[in-house]
Amino acid sequence: MAHSIDQTRDGDALVLRPRGRWVVAEADGLDRRLREIRASGARRVRIDLADVEAMDTTGAWLLFRLKRGLEAAGAAVAIDHAGPELAPLLSQIERRQAVMASAPRRGGGPFVLLAHVGFRTVELLRLARTLLAFFGEVTVTLLRTAARPRQLRFTPMVAQMERAGVSALGIVGLLSFLVGIVMTYIGAQQLRPYGAEIFTVNLLAVGFLRELGVLLAAIIIAGRSGSAFTAEIGAMIVNEEVDAMRTLGLDPIEILVVPRVLGLILTLPFLTFWADFTGLAGGAVICKLSLEIPLTTFLDQLRGAVSLWSVFLGIIKAPFFAAAIALIGCNEGLLVTRSAESVGRQTTQSVVQSIFLVIVLDALFSIFFNELRI
Amino acid sequence: MRVRGLTTRIGGRVLVRDASFDLAVGEVLGVVGASGAGKSILLRTIVGLVPAAAGTIEVFGEDIGRRPDLRRFGRRWGVLFQDGALFSSLTVAENIMVPLREQLALSPALLREIAALKIALVGLPPDSANKFPAALSGGMRKRAGLARALALDPKLLFLDEPTAGLDPIAASEFDGLVRDLKESLGLTVFMVTHDLDSLVTICDRIAVIVDERLVIGPLADIARNPHPWIQAYFHGPRGRAAQIAEAASG
Repeated sequence: MAHSIDQTRDGDALVLRPRGRWVVAEADGLDRRLREIRASGARRVRIDLADVEAMDTTGAWLLFRLKRGLEAAGAAVAIDHAGPELAPLLSQIERRQAVMASAPRRGGGPFVLLAHVGFRTVELLRLARTLLAFFGEVTVTLLRTAARPRQLRFTPMVAQMERAGVSALGIVGLLSFLVGIVMTYIGAQQLRPYGAEIFTVNLLAVGFLRELGVLLAAIIIAGRSGSAFTAEIGAMIVNEEVDAMRTLGLDPIEILVVPRVLGLILTLPFLTFWADFTGLAGGAVICKLSLEIPLTTFLDQLRGAVSLWSVFLGIIKAPFFAAAIALIGCNEGLLVTRSAESVGRQTTQSVVQSIFLVIVLDALFSIFFNELRI
Repeated sequence: MRVRGLTTRIGGRVLVRDASFDLAVGEVLGVVGASGAGKSILLRTIVGLVPAAAGTIEVFGEDIGRRPDLRRFGRRWGVLFQDGALFSSLTVAENIMVPLREQLALSPALLREIAALKIALVGLPPDSANKFPAALSGGMRKRAGLARALALDPKLLFLDEPTAGLDPIAASEFDGLVRDLKESLGLTVFMVTHDLDSLVTICDRIAVIVDERLVIGPLADIARNPHPWIQAYFHGPRGRAAQIAEAASG
């Protein structure tokens, strides 16, 4: 043991002799040992530091805590033999401990859960309000841009379209192709007992063109571009670039948000079409390879199953999904505060919220189309 | 601390060539140099974040080696980065507890007490313990960073531009804090700085990086060095000529 404290009695006085190394590395043992020391009736306590080998701030502070504890028990405490090396440290700690308060625990108490629920509810409502306000702000800026089309930042918009659209072709195409394969297999399995394997094509066509194509494209874009919007704008906020823009009289909504929103609205319908196409292609390959439905039969059946109208009903949803994804992505980006952690948090939120909203919108569209009997 | 024949290089460009110096216990060394001259790299090399191109670095009589074991050495020195480099997802108190928790087995109550002590030691108000770094001003972040650097009571402290970005009053308060802690805790300080006032008030010796060399000596000697950059630095319009002249004559 590299530290110890001897206790001896001298009449009505208690003499404490700390020995060894009173440093932070020993603090745990020291702490426990010191908590056991009681004045036990002694009126005076003398703490003799002559045998202390080393002492750092933690050791010094433990010493003063001991002193305070003994004084609270009614003893007069004196510290002796603080050598010239220890004196400045002791006076420093004595001075500082006067202004220190033990750091309280975070949280605690019976109402924490209730407070948490309330806090989150208010937060959610506030978020809904910000998003609505942001939607309004972007709409006004868009209308202003529509009135003066020369104000539109064309180049950034095209750049956004390239990044969100052209570079997503590979992943969107591959995933739809694979989902097309999966759907064809599952559909054929279910329909085979009835000898209706050929209707796999109908299942695939209606499923993909009305729902799956646009949903797949939107969800991939939410994960790919929505998160990128948040992270890009968030990083600019951390870097104070957005504030710099405002002081230069530039409108961040016009420069950062409008090109992204418009770019995505224009891009997602094309990606949806691409997802539809590759999904059907995946189905066609499986039909040929394992269901022995040749391509000409596949196409004939396809023509009978769906019309151009079905394709349109799927694609018409794309701009709305795109607007939701881009608005949430940009809004979350602008909500970033100046810390690295907040960029990550808002990016996660942006993806979760935009996928959520895409599916909610899709459900609303289904109800709407159903009511209209289309 | 002993440094022998140290050469630092970054991306093929030599920043400091063949630098040798000692840092005695209880000494404060200030490192100055033009922007990009390699002050921060020198500091990062000595604390083992950047490998040295050549030379040896001995701290507490041990060679830290090419790939230093930072877990072993890291507990014997404290480093304050330019903007505090506090972990932004933790409160100030939790930031201070990180090294204590990682290196030692202490009870949670004791951890909180030590964190509160360090907060008081660097002159932060007690209620900053539960604040997140984003809610602190630049000066307070630096103090909190210093508190974390001092968590394990190191004897050697590295400061990277401790007063950069602070107003002159906050800067001189911070200088005072460093001097006060150095006196009472017996610290040895290696400090990279731009601040002439810091150099004059708290540094025992100055090291200047010019032309890939390290010129080292007491302020008075350095101020008399005829090198044009050093002359411009110490006797330029911002050079507090009076203070320097006083130091040079005294």
